[in-house]
Amino acid sequence: MEAVGQAILVLPEGIQSDPNCSGYLPDCFIAVLQSKPDSKFTQQELPACKPILTPKWVVSAFMIIAIVFIPIGIACLLGSRDVVEVVERYETKCIPAANINNKVQYIQNSDANKNCTIQMKIPKRMKKPIYVYYQLDNFYQNHRRYVKSRSDKQLKSSKNENDTSSCKPENLATGGGAIVPCGLIAWSLFNDTYSFSLQKNNQSLAVNKKGIAWKSDKQKRFGKDVYPKNFQGGGLKGGGDLNVSVPLSEQEDLMVWMRTAALPTFRKLYGKIEVDLEANETINVTLQNNYNTYSFNGKKKLVLSTTSWIGGRNDFLGIAYLTVGMICLALAIGFTVVYFVKPRRLGDPTFLSWNRGPGSH
Amino acid sequence: MARGRIRERLRRSHLHPFSCLRPNANDSEGPNPLQGPGFSRIVHCNQPHKHQKKPLKYCSNYISTTKYNIVTFLPKALYEQFRRFANLYFLVAAVLSLTAVSPFSPLSMILPLAFVVGLSMAKEALEDWRRFAQDMKVNSRKASVHKGGGVFGYKPWQKIQVGDVVKVEKDQFFPADLLLLSTSYDDGICYVETMNLDGETNLKVKRSLDVTLPLEDDESFKNFSGIIKCEDPNPSLYTFVGTFEYERQVYPLDPSQILLRDSKLRNTAYVYGVVIFTGFDSKVMQNSTKSPSKRSKIEKKMDKIIYILLSLLVLISSISSIGFAVKIKFQMPKWSYMQPLNTDNLYDPDNPGKSGVAHLITALILYGYLIPISLYVSIEIVKVFQARFINQDIHMYDEETGNTAQARTSNLNEELGQVETILSDKTGTLTCNQMDFLKCSIAGTAYGVRSSEIELAAAKQIAMDLEEQDTQNINVSRYMKSANKEDSRGGPEIELESVITSKCENDQKPAIKGFNFEDSRLMHGHWLNEPNQESLLLFFRILAICQTAVPELNEESGMITYEAESPDEASFLAAAREFGFEFYKRTQSSVFIREKYAHPGQLIEREFKILNLLEFTSKRKRMSVIVQDEDGQILLLCKGADSIIFDRLSKNGRIHEETTTKHLNDYGEVGLRTLALAYKKLDEPEYSAWNNEFVKAKTSFSTDREAMLERVADMMEKDLILVGATAVEDKLQKGVPQCIDKLAQAGLKIWVLTGDKMETAINIGYSCSLLRQGMKRICITVMNSDVVAQDSKQAAKENILMQITNSSQMVKLEKDPHAAYALIIDGKSLTFALEDDMKHHFLALAVGCASVICCRVSPKQKALVTRLVKEGTKKTTLAIGDGANDVGMIQEADIGVGISGVEGMQAVMASDFSISQFRFLERLLVVHGHWCYKRIAQMICYFFYKNIAFGLTLFYFEAFTAFSGQSVYNDWYMLLFNVILTSLPVISLGVFEQDVSSEVCLQFPALYQQGTKNLFFDWYRILGWMGNGLYSSLVIFILNIVIFYNQAFRAGGQTADMAAVGTTMFSCIICVVNFQIALTMSHFTWIQHLFVWGSIATWFLFLLLYGLMPPTYSGYVYKLLAEALGPAPIYWSTILLVTVACILPYLVHISFQRCFNPMDHHIIQEIKYYKKDVEDQRMWRRERSKARQETKIGFSARVDAKIRQLKGKLQKKSSTSVSQNCMASPS
Repeated sequence: MEAVGQAILVLPEGIQSDPNCSGYLPDCFIAVLQSKPDSKFTQQELPACKPILTPKWVVSAFMIIAIVFIPIGIACLLGSRDVVEVVERYETKCIPAANINNKVQYIQNSDANKNCTIQMKIPKRMKKPIYVYYQLDNFYQNHRRYVKSRSDKQLKSSKNENDTSSCKPENLATGGGAIVPCGLIAWSLFNDTYSFSLQKNNQSLAVNKKGIAWKSDKQKRFGKDVYPKNFQGGGLKGGGDLNVSVPLSEQEDLMVWMRTAALPTFRKLYGKIEVDLEANETINVTLQNNYNTYSFNGKKKLVLSTTSWIGGRNDFLGIAYLTVGMICLALAIGFTVVYFVKPRRLGDPTFLSWNRGPGSH
Repeated sequence: MARGRIRERLRRSHLHPFSCLRPNANDSEGPNPLQGPGFSRIVHCNQPHKHQKKPLKYCSNYISTTKYNIVTFLPKALYEQFRRFANLYFLVAAVLSLTAVSPFSPLSMILPLAFVVGLSMAKEALEDWRRFAQDMKVNSRKASVHKGGGVFGYKPWQKIQVGDVVKVEKDQFFPADLLLLSTSYDDGICYVETMNLDGETNLKVKRSLDVTLPLEDDESFKNFSGIIKCEDPNPSLYTFVGTFEYERQVYPLDPSQILLRDSKLRNTAYVYGVVIFTGFDSKVMQNSTKSPSKRSKIEKKMDKIIYILLSLLVLISSISSIGFAVKIKFQMPKWSYMQPLNTDNLYDPDNPGKSGVAHLITALILYGYLIPISLYVSIEIVKVFQARFINQDIHMYDEETGNTAQARTSNLNEELGQVETILSDKTGTLTCNQMDFLKCSIAGTAYGVRSSEIELAAAKQIAMDLEEQDTQNINVSRYMKSANKEDSRGGPEIELESVITSKCENDQKPAIKGFNFEDSRLMHGHWLNEPNQESLLLFFRILAICQTAVPELNEESGMITYEAESPDEASFLAAAREFGFEFYKRTQSSVFIREKYAHPGQLIEREFKILNLLEFTSKRKRMSVIVQDEDGQILLLCKGADSIIFDRLSKNGRIHEETTTKHLNDYGEVGLRTLALAYKKLDEPEYSAWNNEFVKAKTSFSTDREAMLERVADMMEKDLILVGATAVEDKLQKGVPQCIDKLAQAGLKIWVLTGDKMETAINIGYSCSLLRQGMKRICITVMNSDVVAQDSKQAAKENILMQITNSSQMVKLEKDPHAAYALIIDGKSLTFALEDDMKHHFLALAVGCASVICCRVSPKQKALVTRLVKEGTKKTTLAIGDGANDVGMIQEADIGVGISGVEGMQAVMASDFSISQFRFLERLLVVHGHWCYKRIAQMICYFFYKNIAFGLTLFYFEAFTAFSGQSVYNDWYMLLFNVILTSLPVISLGVFEQDVSSEVCLQFPALYQQGTKNLFFDWYRILGWMGNGLYSSLVIFILNIVIFYNQAFRAGGQTADMAAVGTTMFSCIICVVNFQIALTMSHFTWIQHLFVWGSIATWFLFLLLYGLMPPTYSGYVYKLLAEALGPAPIYWSTILLVTVACILPYLVHISFQRCFNPMDHHIIQEIKYYKKDVEDQRMWRRERSKARQETKIGFSARVDAKIRQLKGKLQKKSSTSVSQNCMASPS
């Protein structure tokens, strides 16, 4: 090997010195590798592992997948089943009967009474914390026009207050001053409010609205020195208003809202109820139905949910794991059977193309 | 004297290959100054200063082959880059990304494009720099130029001007096209080697005008001046028209006074010449054609795939923009949260058509990820590596010349794996163009004990086969065993083995060039003790005298070497010298021989007067000299093809005919070239009577002069007495028969295209096993080669057509499956056969034949044949050659391979690959070609897979965003996807993947068929990969969307936003595509491990680090992994689930395929894996021998034939005959 290595070392010079032999390909790419010529590398003889899919490997691979996946699937399914979720759709319920035919006008009428009470029944015992979500439907928070309409710089620091060019069409107030926070996302802030009380003793349930946003949002992305300004000042009100005396870093509702959802149906965290709820209890929800989803026929839902280690209620993950695990189990068994029924000795030369087919000799 | 002149002229005209092309009109035209268009050049000899101003200013001798210069590089190279459709597309996309329609930030579009284009341009620049360096090397070569006042000094070539007088010394190249003025010889002759121009290795004689002969030293150029008027620069190498005005006289010039640039002065101490054409005006530069840029079939197919993807892109973009327009029109007005009344053009519900069109552009940019931007650059990088591996392969390193294989272009690496037909030059490619005198038969006795290569290899093969059959207990071996028992002296195997080993060792290299003869009966003067020494003496004298060579004393060694017209003759002379008959001097009329008899030191110098020389022509197939020895005895000495000589023997000259014929057959069988030698004694009156006739014929100027001469010569060359026969081995290059054999086993067809005579070509066909005994030969020739007049052209053509159709019929009707046909066609017939209406008949016939040999073909015909094969069969062709005459074919073929090592570099410069010996072709094709093909094919398939898998998820997601063109991924993810996160693994696949090791490739040539059958890049496979991509994209998207639907994704109750979903989806994609490539690979070195697993690690690392950057840069990604996704089990379990679900079908597919329908390389991998090749060596060897394509040509076929014959004998006779027969040596 030593000798080969030396020969390699000599070669490039040999080429260089041959007056007729230039014009070969650039070697810049390999210059790094060339600096220490490795004969095994240049001769393409680097030690390599060459795994092949022997029946043993195939069956054990499928088996391992099955063995890993089925328990995970069961665990996920159990985790999901642990979660108690109560969903109450209210956007139609909360329209007074008189306004049933002009929902949009009703909701846009700031003088109308938007109060509304709904009941939610707890089917199973819910352990704290119980998360309160609102769910919107048919709301394209992921639309490009919508997603782009925000200014991260402005949100972060008061210095960048006028950095609103990306916020069109909601960038400047009628007076010409910058809107803080600017953009369609902030402008369309969700503003239904909920308060909960137990029906049995009318004891109200406190909703903790702290800690619903990501810590990183609070600490870094929304500035402590940024206060709302000119917000919802225009003729057109898109949604909720903000308390101008509270810096953005404390406005957790805004933070949650501004994390745009991936799909047109989404839930966002509203708050936490930090008491356990017993099974079959009924909860009265007093809500302010302010937010206009009526113009685009969007549903509104109120969701109470506990979480487990996999988050909220979603059986799909567990089912998917179980399915893949089962398929793999079936494949493992199938391949085992196949290998027994129609075995092919590995490396059996009779399967070489020249030993079968019409041209064999 | 007159006779001598004529003889000389005759001789010269023979040496000139272009003598027939010399315009006769010029002679009759006389010294009239040439005028008119095309003849405007005026050269003032020795007055270069006159050529500095305009009308007479010609181009300088500076040559440049570069594509660019500093100024033009940028525009030209950019133009080249953006001629590629994909690049142009991305350029437009990048420009549009500066506008509002773009879904991405401009940087994420421009950066990858700049990277990709920059890299390609850097490569271009580097390659052009190398060309420039090469040019500079040539331009700065020094030549001796007259500086005035009779003083010569050295100047670089580029400074040489028209009109300069230059002095060129022996073995130097001519710096420009020169008019020869005088030479070191008194008669103004010089010898020129034109190998760089036309590939011919024999020397050509050039002769100066008589008037310039006195200019024989530096001094004499002091006051020299003259005016040359001649044709304008043109590419015709063999014509020149001009006049030379010197001392008030005008002399006509013809090509024999012109020395062409890049040819070489040989055998002449120095010459003086005047520069006529410089630089690009010179004939050789005028001849140089731009080498066409070639693209491999895979790349062409890849373009088609790109067009498919492009249509897909347009399709989904249209769907998207229609969807967008519909949503804008009907739904957007209701989306109060988007202020639909306060919109711009892009989202105008009142004008959805306009918005839709604008959105189409957005979509086209967005889905640009379907077209892998990095594909071209990745392939380029991979190919550069592959080319380096070819360049550095130690197994293709020629120790003698110190040359390695060179991939001169990296475009065609994978094409090497798909070659169907090899078109090979003969001289210098298959053979070394060196003949070795190996055996002879004199007066019915065979001499020479050395074996030819064929014999050696046959013996070896038989020995191996016997051994194998022995173990297999086949009939023959059983018989052999019983024979062994009977013959207690030992089996034939032992003897065979000893033959091989002993021969192989001492047969490596003949010590003397052209002489590889060994027989103690003749050597060292022992021939004197032989019974028939009369014949022996004559035999040696014929060898020494019947020739046209020029002896040359090598001053260093004191040895005499010979410049002969044909290498055969050189080998005869070398043999004669070794036998003690040294030809050492030639004058106009005599040949001088130094005869050395047994007693050392006793040298007799003899002079033989040459009375007449009867030329060798391919039609006569013989040459004769009539000599008078010192005793006054007149002898006719003749050598020629055996059939011709045997027809002309006298009754009493046939004593040895029978035995000689037998020997000749033996020689022919083992691939040797044979000639028969004969003589005849003449009486003085008989001779003079004939000579008068001959002179008359010679001096006649009628058109049938040639015919007359021939008739007269014919009269003389009869009633000969047979002396013996010679057998020379046309020394094949090392390993050529084996290589041809292997290539044939790999299923390649080999055509030989040669400028040589038909007989020579056939002989070579035999010795490199393209032809063999028992093969049916179809020879197509023009019946009457003399008739080339217009009216008979049609007749000749019809004749050829008839021959072709008859032969085709014959091939078609052949019943025997083992019958092999060989087609041999000569250049003249080929002119007709290549005409449009006939070429398809010809091709059909040629394809039906096992081997095809075209002889006497011109360089142009070589190219035409190559084109015919390439276009007619639609298969990949490879042309290999070494000389300038092969340039056309090298450029025409799909792949051109040049043989480097010999002096001419023209072929190499025009080639795509150069190797230093033919035998390296095997490794180049079977190992590198096979690997490169598979690598590139797999790589491209995977590339499309990964981009479809990625690109389509964008589309699905967009459908969920009301077709607004929003991407779920961060711009940086997308940017890194192609450039970093998935590129290195696929590059490592393209560079390092090996399905089987190089040894196995060589041992199982049949594996090469996987490339020619294109098993790895057929539409089935491509669509399979695309389908896999589609499946993966669906699985990735659907699973992610459903899992992260709307519920909390972690225990903290938070729901997933777009950034979390996008990042999870992207993590899944990265894992899926990298696991997928890991499954695709079958060869993992640490590099692949590093790249594949490293890419996955890099992604997570990137995510982590990017998340640590201040949120103004990282946006939503800020602390995404650390805070949100990392601690969420659902994130990791989704990745695991999606990865397994995506690769599952592929895993099942490959498991299933390996189980039920394994391909050859699968089996071999398994055999290797279980080390079965070591355990069961017999099986391994058996399979190796079976892994050959059924061949009708090649060594194996020939050996098979020989073995069959042998077995027959074996069953009849005792085992002793075996050894005798296979040694085929006289006992």
